[in-house]
Amino acid sequence: MINSLIFYPLLATSLVSISVFVVGAAIVLAGACGVVLAKNAVHSALFLVMTLFGIAVLFVSEQANFLAAVQIIVYAGAIVVLFLFVIMLLGVDNLELQPIESKPRKVLGAVLIGLVVLAEILLLSRNSWTSGAPSTSGVAFGPGPTINRLADSIFSSYLLAFEATSALLIIAVISAVVLVRRNNFDSTQEDDFENQMPKQILESDSLSSTTGTNANKETKGNLL
Amino acid sequence: MSVSGTWYLTLAAALFSIGAIGLLIRRNILIMFMCIELMLNAVNLSFVTFSRTLNDIGGQSSVFFVLVVAAAEVVVGLGIIVMIFRRSATTNADDLHMLKG
Repeated sequence: MINSLIFYPLLATSLVSISVFVVGAAIVLAGACGVVLAKNAVHSALFLVMTLFGIAVLFVSEQANFLAAVQIIVYAGAIVVLFLFVIMLLGVDNLELQPIESKPRKVLGAVLIGLVVLAEILLLSRNSWTSGAPSTSGVAFGPGPTINRLADSIFSSYLLAFEATSALLIIAVISAVVLVRRNNFDSTQEDDFENQMPKQILESDSLSSTTGTNANKETKGNLL
Repeated sequence: MSVSGTWYLTLAAALFSIGAIGLLIRRNILIMFMCIELMLNAVNLSFVTFSRTLNDIGGQSSVFFVLVVAAAEVVVGLGIIVMIFRRSATTNADDLHMLKG
C-alpha cells in the first residue's frame, strides 16, 4: 500500500479507477440497450450476460469482491443459462424476429415515463439524502477481508432472513416442479394434448372454453 | 482515490430507467423478464455504492438477499412462462387477455 503510494502519485490511481469506472459503465449501458433493442431473444440474453459482467467489474471496483464472484456464478452462470434453456425449449423460431411490438405512440410514452423516472432519481440523488449514520449494521472496510464481515453480518444480524431465504428456495423449487408438471394420469390424453393444442387455439377465439373443458377433465381424472 | 459514489448512483439510475423503458416497450415476456433483471441489478449497484460511501456492511448483505430472491423469482417466473406457452402457444404479452372476458 505504501509502496504503491510512493510509486504512483494519487492522480495516477485516480485515473486508473476512473478508467475502470468508465469502461464498466460503457459495458453496462451498451449491454442494457442491447437487451432492450435486440430483435432475437437469444441476443437479448447474451447482452444480459454482458451487462452482468459490467456490473461485476463495478462491484470489484467498489471492493465488493465476494458479491462480484457471486454475481458471475449465480447470474451469468445460472440465471442466464436458465433463460437460454427456456428460449430453446419454447423454440427460437417462435420467438425471434418479432418487431418492436408496441405502437410508436406507446413507445414514445414509455420513453417519456422512463426519462421522468430518471430525472426524479437524479433530482433526489443531488441533495444529500444519504444522511444515514455510517456503519450502523457493521463496518464494511477495515483490516482483513470483507467477506468475513459479510458472513458475520448474515449469520448473526440477519440470521432469520437467511433461514427465510432457504425456505423461499425450497418453495420456489417445489412450485416450479408443480407448475411445469404434466398431469399424466391419462397418458393418451397427454400425448394428444400437444398435437391438438394449436388447432384448439385456431378454432376458438376465447381460450376460456378450452381451458374450462380441460379443467373439467382434470377434475374428473382426479375423482376417478 | 476512487470514483465518487454519485457517478455510480447516476449509472444505477440510468440502468434502472433503461430497464423500465424496456419493460414498457417490449411485448415478449422473456425479454420483459430480462428487463426486470436489469432493474434488479441497478438496485444492487446502488446498494453496493451506499455500502461503500457509508462504510456499512448492511448494503452488501442486502445485495446477497436480493440475489437469492432474484434466483427464486426467475425459477417461478420461467415456470409460469413455460406453462403459458403450453396452453396458448404465445410469448406475446398482448395476446394474454384471458381474464378480459
